[in-house]
Amino acid sequence: MSLSTLLFCLLVAAVVAFFIGFWRAKRLSPDNPRALHSRPGYHGGYLALATALPAILVLMIWSAVEPRFIQAEVESNLPAQVLEGSQGQIGLAMGVVRSVATGLERLSPAEVAAAKANPREAQRLFGSKGVVIASPPDAAIIASAEELNSIKSLSEIAKTAVAAFLAIFGFIFAFRKLSPNLRARNRVEQVIIAGLMAASSVAILTTAGIVLSVLFESVEFFSHVSIIDFLTGTVWDPRFAGAGDTSGDGQFGLVPLLWGTLYISFVALLVAVPIGLLAAIYMAEYAHPNVRSAVKPALEMLAGIPTIVYGFFAVVTVGPFINFVGSEAGLAIQPTSVLTAGIVMGIMIIPFVSSLSDDIITAIPRALREGSYGLGATQSETIKRVVLPAALPGIVGAILLAASRAIGETMIVVLAAGIAANLTLNPAESVTTITVKIVSQLTGDLEFNSPQTLVAFALGFTLFILTLGLNVYALYIVRKYREQYE
Amino acid sequence: MSAVAQNPSMPESDAEEAVGRFDNPALMRRRRREEVRFQAYGLIAIALSFSFLVILFGTIITNGWTAFFQTSIELPIKFDAAEIDPEGTRNPRVLAQANYQKLAYQALYEKLGLENPTRQQRRAANELLSRDMDTQLRRMVEADPSIIGTTQSVWGLASGNIDALVKGKIDRKVPQENRQVSDLQIEWIDKLTASGAMQKQFNTGLFTNFASSQPETAGLAVALIGSLYMMLIVVLLSVPFGVAAAIYLEEFAPKNRITDIIEVNINNLAAVPSIVFGLLGLAVFINFAGLPRSASLVGGLVLTLMTLPTIIIATRAAITAVPPSIREAALGIGASKVQTVFHHVLPLSLPGIITGTIIGLVQAIGETAPLLMIGMVAFVVEAPQTPLDPATALPVQIYMWATEAERGFVEKTAGATIVLLGIIAVMSIFAMILRKRYERKW
Repeated sequence: MSLSTLLFCLLVAAVVAFFIGFWRAKRLSPDNPRALHSRPGYHGGYLALATALPAILVLMIWSAVEPRFIQAEVESNLPAQVLEGSQGQIGLAMGVVRSVATGLERLSPAEVAAAKANPREAQRLFGSKGVVIASPPDAAIIASAEELNSIKSLSEIAKTAVAAFLAIFGFIFAFRKLSPNLRARNRVEQVIIAGLMAASSVAILTTAGIVLSVLFESVEFFSHVSIIDFLTGTVWDPRFAGAGDTSGDGQFGLVPLLWGTLYISFVALLVAVPIGLLAAIYMAEYAHPNVRSAVKPALEMLAGIPTIVYGFFAVVTVGPFINFVGSEAGLAIQPTSVLTAGIVMGIMIIPFVSSLSDDIITAIPRALREGSYGLGATQSETIKRVVLPAALPGIVGAILLAASRAIGETMIVVLAAGIAANLTLNPAESVTTITVKIVSQLTGDLEFNSPQTLVAFALGFTLFILTLGLNVYALYIVRKYREQYE
Repeated sequence: MSAVAQNPSMPESDAEEAVGRFDNPALMRRRRREEVRFQAYGLIAIALSFSFLVILFGTIITNGWTAFFQTSIELPIKFDAAEIDPEGTRNPRVLAQANYQKLAYQALYEKLGLENPTRQQRRAANELLSRDMDTQLRRMVEADPSIIGTTQSVWGLASGNIDALVKGKIDRKVPQENRQVSDLQIEWIDKLTASGAMQKQFNTGLFTNFASSQPETAGLAVALIGSLYMMLIVVLLSVPFGVAAAIYLEEFAPKNRITDIIEVNINNLAAVPSIVFGLLGLAVFINFAGLPRSASLVGGLVLTLMTLPTIIIATRAAITAVPPSIREAALGIGASKVQTVFHHVLPLSLPGIITGTIIGLVQAIGETAPLLMIGMVAFVVEAPQTPLDPATALPVQIYMWATEAERGFVEKTAGATIVLLGIIAVMSIFAMILRKRYERKW
């Protein structure tokens, strides 16, 4: 039986077990239901869990390990001349074996015999069943494919048997335990809490997955290109290599990309910080509460718009507009430039600055303001000399969070910043960013052992560290500041 | 605070120190002006932000609303048996290979009253029609071979340039040499429009067509299906895991270092750039687990991991909002901890959880960058049957169209953006109503 049918059968078995347990518990003490430690539903749940859970866990582990085991087994039996070849050749041969194996499964016994006798006939037969292979398979490949199929079917039978055994054994074991004194509720609740705990570890697993996968590929990259060259190189010229070309010719200098990223983020902050901060001050100090509760979510809409929409906006409206303004003023501004990307990104992060700053300003205790008014200060003087200095650490935190958002932003810069890795101070020229290069190195056909694609992971790792650092620092500032007043 | 009372008991001081005093009218005027100016800055900042919002929506709507209408031409197509299936076998292979484009062109010549068109006339006339007319006619014949030999009135799409001219996006006043549509073609267009044979019709193709290199026949069907699959996967996976994780952290977890680490982790995951999640998806789901590239299953898994922190944070907030008295009452009458949580706390925090989930979905449906990493930028010409088939997503389709060179795609891109923003607006409004309606103040 296939995995999905097996799982389905186990689910059905669990439902049946639940009702048996429920019925059995009611029979245990028909006259006095209170004699049961747990309500009948928990007895049912206990029986259902005992039936299905061990089998499902074993099946999951089995399915995770199985493909690797089978692959290793079949690979070791490949003809010697294939095994002497490179890793890539072995991979190719395994691909053919897998295709042939699927093809063989779809043929009738008579056709299988015909296919084995004549490789060309085999290729034609497979083609007619929708399995396309590049060249007629030789006898060794067909033998490997048959081995693959036989191991697979053997594993399937074993899997079914193990699952059935575990389910039946679990059911009998738990059924014999059913009694008025069985603490079924506690057992079921233990399983529930264990499940909740497992779910909360997904977050940890995700982080571990990010760090490990990106780190692993980065280390692979640094075996081609030295880490010093990567961090200090000022030339970005990866020279896209064709498939199979693993030579490390090409220069992977991070500096121009980092410069572009930081420059665009800086322009974005130049737009977002004054607008966002002034808007926050107005909302927190001057606006009527009703106005504030209408304006704040409306501003937050700016952050809810997908970034690809901003990218399109930059290409269609902002880029041509800046270009037009520049030509009127006698300046040559490229349509994709630091300015275009920075301004549009600035618009996007206004709410990150404004909403957080607004929260922080509102949290400043009233007593500080009253004290200032009492000394005769006007409202704007109070804000500038008392409220803002008190809120400063929080506002800096908000700005850092906005900066981290700007650094990690992808779609706006992909469309609006350009792809040329320039090291320039001129905001009218186009630069490129870390995120743009990750996208451009990884779209298209991939050969996963060339530095040209692996560099994307090194760039991703840089980005991860950069944004993580900013975030941790920003949260630290915000938290430290909050403690002062609460 | 402009009406601060003068303070008669202020100490006497010399002219320099009078700077801070209220009995200096010139100084007070300056301070009040400063006050007004400061307020004005705030208003200008808010007005600027709103004008950005208005310009953004304005650009997209003015560029995109025409995408919902497409110029079509009514053609009396003769499904000539000698042309489609000369031997009368009705063999599907023969039917699929016939030259349907020619049938459409001939019908057009007839419509334009060209008896024996010259080569130039033929070229000019051919350019009126979409080059994908053959697909439309072939599908008609394949659906019902009995129409061979009959004449059917068919509404076919005009080509992208003609559509642009009818919509006024190509200026008629520009001299012919600099315009993509010739004077002769404009004459024909006016003639067809006057007779009612050329009309702008609602563009159902925008929603039902697959990928195409011609802007007039490119549609969002693959993207809509892909996005739908991904949203389903995200809901099915991120809601159970997210809610379970939040319940554990909020109600059961012992306060120790491990719990602290998990918490910090979740907060930081919410701020990891989306493209890094794409790298994770590429390395783990595609390279390690061997799932197919471009599949909406992988996209859904990546988006699930991205949405999880949002849902966990929202659920925790909703659970914390349930007052302890509810839990104590349940525990007091003998419920176990698990029963208290699942019978009382969870139902009471449900509205908050649903709102948080929708907000997470809104983020997920607009996400582009991680999907580029897992190869969902594919030219897909058939409907994905399962989540394992290659597909695209709405925002990715917008990206792909935005990078096309042909001018017709600008309109398409804006049209697709309207669709995406429409979906997001509906979801957000739904979440807002839900929050307003069921928000409970304890």
